[in-house]
Amino acid sequence: MSAARAARTTLLYLVLVVGAAACLLPVFWQVRSSLMTLVDVFKFPPLLWATHTRWDNYVQAMSSSPFLLYFRNTLIVVVPTVLATLVTSSMSAYGFARFRFPGRGFWFSMVLGAIILPPAVVLIPQFILWSRLHLVNTFYPLIIPFWFGGGAFNVFLLRQFFMTIPRDFDDAARIDGARYFRIYWQILVPFIQPALIAVGLFQFFFQWNDFFGPLIYLDSPSLYTLALGLSHFIGSYSTQWNILMAAAVIVVIPPIIVFFVGQRYFVEGVTLTGIKM
Amino acid sequence: MDRPVLHRPARGREALIGYLFASPVILGLVIWVMAPMVGSLLISFTDWNVLTAPHWLGIRNYVNLFTSDLFFGKSLVVTVYYVVLNTAATFLYSLVVALLLNQKVKGQGVFRSIFYLPAIVPIVASSALWLWLFNPDFGLYNQILLGLGLKKSLWLAGPSTVIPSLVIMSVWGGAGNTIVIFLAALQGVPRPLLEAVEIDGGNWWHKFWAVTWPMISPVTFFNLVVSLINSFQIFVQSYIMTSGGPNNGSLFYVYLMYREGFERNAMGHAAALSWILFLMVSALGLVLFRWSREWVHYEGAAG
Repeated sequence: MSAARAARTTLLYLVLVVGAAACLLPVFWQVRSSLMTLVDVFKFPPLLWATHTRWDNYVQAMSSSPFLLYFRNTLIVVVPTVLATLVTSSMSAYGFARFRFPGRGFWFSMVLGAIILPPAVVLIPQFILWSRLHLVNTFYPLIIPFWFGGGAFNVFLLRQFFMTIPRDFDDAARIDGARYFRIYWQILVPFIQPALIAVGLFQFFFQWNDFFGPLIYLDSPSLYTLALGLSHFIGSYSTQWNILMAAAVIVVIPPIIVFFVGQRYFVEGVTLTGIKM
Repeated sequence: MDRPVLHRPARGREALIGYLFASPVILGLVIWVMAPMVGSLLISFTDWNVLTAPHWLGIRNYVNLFTSDLFFGKSLVVTVYYVVLNTAATFLYSLVVALLLNQKVKGQGVFRSIFYLPAIVPIVASSALWLWLFNPDFGLYNQILLGLGLKKSLWLAGPSTVIPSLVIMSVWGGAGNTIVIFLAALQGVPRPLLEAVEIDGGNWWHKFWAVTWPMISPVTFFNLVVSLINSFQIFVQSYIMTSGGPNNGSLFYVYLMYREGFERNAMGHAAALSWILFLMVSALGLVLFRWSREWVHYEGAAG
């Protein structure tokens, strides 16, 4: 290896390590601040780590705001929406990928249009509909829409995957006399399993992190999700940075765990969405 | 498409079954997209304020937006500034990181996870975190600036620094997806093509410009569209971190709409804002797709 080459390699790693450090620094600072006394937090020059590690901040955050209740509420919203998305987006995608029906082109172009439609555009009439149904301040407005295809993007993505499966598989099953639902469920769905897992993970993260929906539809503190609960926490603890950071860590931990467990599928999924478009 | 197949179902039945399977999303489009779009348009022609019966105003809400609503113009300027700066910054940062990671780096997977990690942090949690990092008195970034012997910045509290600050935060939290997608595309660029340029005496720039850039252009286009559309919808940061300030310096469009509709109950006004947002995003989409024909090369497309 020549000297110039070695220098280039060193530079490459140097840039990457500095970049990675810059990415991790905010997260480190969050954890570090969450374990300090307020006196330590405000020291200058800043301390790298607490003089006395203070776990009590977490106790205080948990006791001043019912994060366990928020956690439960978040699960009540997230679990059925993920389920709804998996079932209805794959069904719809199968319909578009495998059957010819009048208006298919039109409806598919509507799906594509809906992908880039900002949700804010349809927010007000949707809100009016839910309030006429007296379902504002319940979880239904956050869950029910996902039983209708689970998001245009997911329908589009899964359709692309169904299209890559040779029709011979359907036809072979049809000779056996398998009904369409069984072809879809027992033959084609197993093929697109990696894509389905990715769609499920995306939906999980989207719902877990969603703030806009809960802000619009949930009024009672007893219904708050983690994101909404934390936003109120920010309002009342805006000077007690150690407690606030502890609360933020509590909210971040569940998605981080899911990310590391599902990482392989997740990276694959992100990759596939980019490549399939 | 038309290939001979055994046992095709009769046309009418095929159509019916197709509709049945596609019905969730078709119903969803009607109930949650098309009807609300019409509803939104109708509301935008009224003075509805939730409490009293609406009156028909014709296009007065729209006229007011363009003639007497100072917030509307301001929020357009602020939002477009953010969209352009954020898209450019995210794009360049992601492409550079992906190009570096693609250099047969040891521990590529670990680096990729680290660069992706911030994307997992819920936006409300990262808003709390960055409020702290940007704190003008005790925040980490001003302490770093002081440590380097530089002047403190107001960050989110400065009218001229608020947007760049939010872009820094957004690049940190939003580039993960873009990097992973770019990296996958780069790994799909055929080696022999790159080697051919090398044999002809080309340097890294020739390789990038003649081979890599055209090969990854579909993914580049995808990332660009996603980034533009997402940036347009920035909301949480102005709601939680800045309340649209300072001096309306982060009065983003969707935040203005929320404020008009849900804090001031001016639903007619907010609906007009939402229709203009729809028209702007549609126009942007059309322009992008037209423009993409000139530089995006799809594999296998007749060229």
